[in-house]
Amino acid sequence: MTIAPHLKHRTGTLWLAALIHRLSGLALAIFLPLHFLVLALALHRAAQLDAFLRRTDQPLVKLAEALLVFLLTVHLLGGLRVLVIENFDWRDGQKQLATLAATISAIVAFVFLVRVF
Amino acid sequence: MNVRLYVWQRATAALMVPLVAIHIAVIFYATRQGLSAADILSRTRGSIAWAAYYGLFVAAVSIHAAIGVRNVLAEWSPLPERYAGRLALFFGLLLAALGARAVAAVVL
Repeated sequence: MTIAPHLKHRTGTLWLAALIHRLSGLALAIFLPLHFLVLALALHRAAQLDAFLRRTDQPLVKLAEALLVFLLTVHLLGGLRVLVIENFDWRDGQKQLATLAATISAIVAFVFLVRVF
Repeated sequence: MNVRLYVWQRATAALMVPLVAIHIAVIFYATRQGLSAADILSRTRGSIAWAAYYGLFVAAVSIHAAIGVRNVLAEWSPLPERYAGRLALFFGLLLAALGARAVAAVVL
């Protein structure tokens, strides 16, 4: 497959890191209101929150939770990389750092998944 | 994004670095033997420290997410920047209100 010259930058590691940072942030922003609504169930009766937690105690939900842990970790580490670039002296190896951030996030999510199953 | 929004975006990001790291640690701790309302509430009910932690977290994430959503709408949607800003402001206020309600639910 050939890539148009004006789209060539989209194959770069750091372009992918920026895209993952944006998409993970967007996904977390969509998830947050639902997260808050579930926690607010405890406002009326703890039993309601418990019933919800029991209903969601399923493999697919656990997979989705692991994905959320990945998104949160990768957004944290990706954001930390951006903050360091913007506020401190430039350091080489940004592609490796971005790859390391994604790898650590995947490991954290995998460990979470192993623990909840 | 103007300078004021850029500074708020980065300041809330820096503030949330330790908050998110603690949150991930709490997720691991809380799910060690399955989640239950009793477990969550026994940790948080009546705790000024957790109320302050989650209150600060909700405030920071509402600002941070609203600015992020504004940027995505302005750059990826056909909406004019003015409308993107209004929608993002509404989203931020909604997050802050729902978040404050959730914090009240688990700490009061």
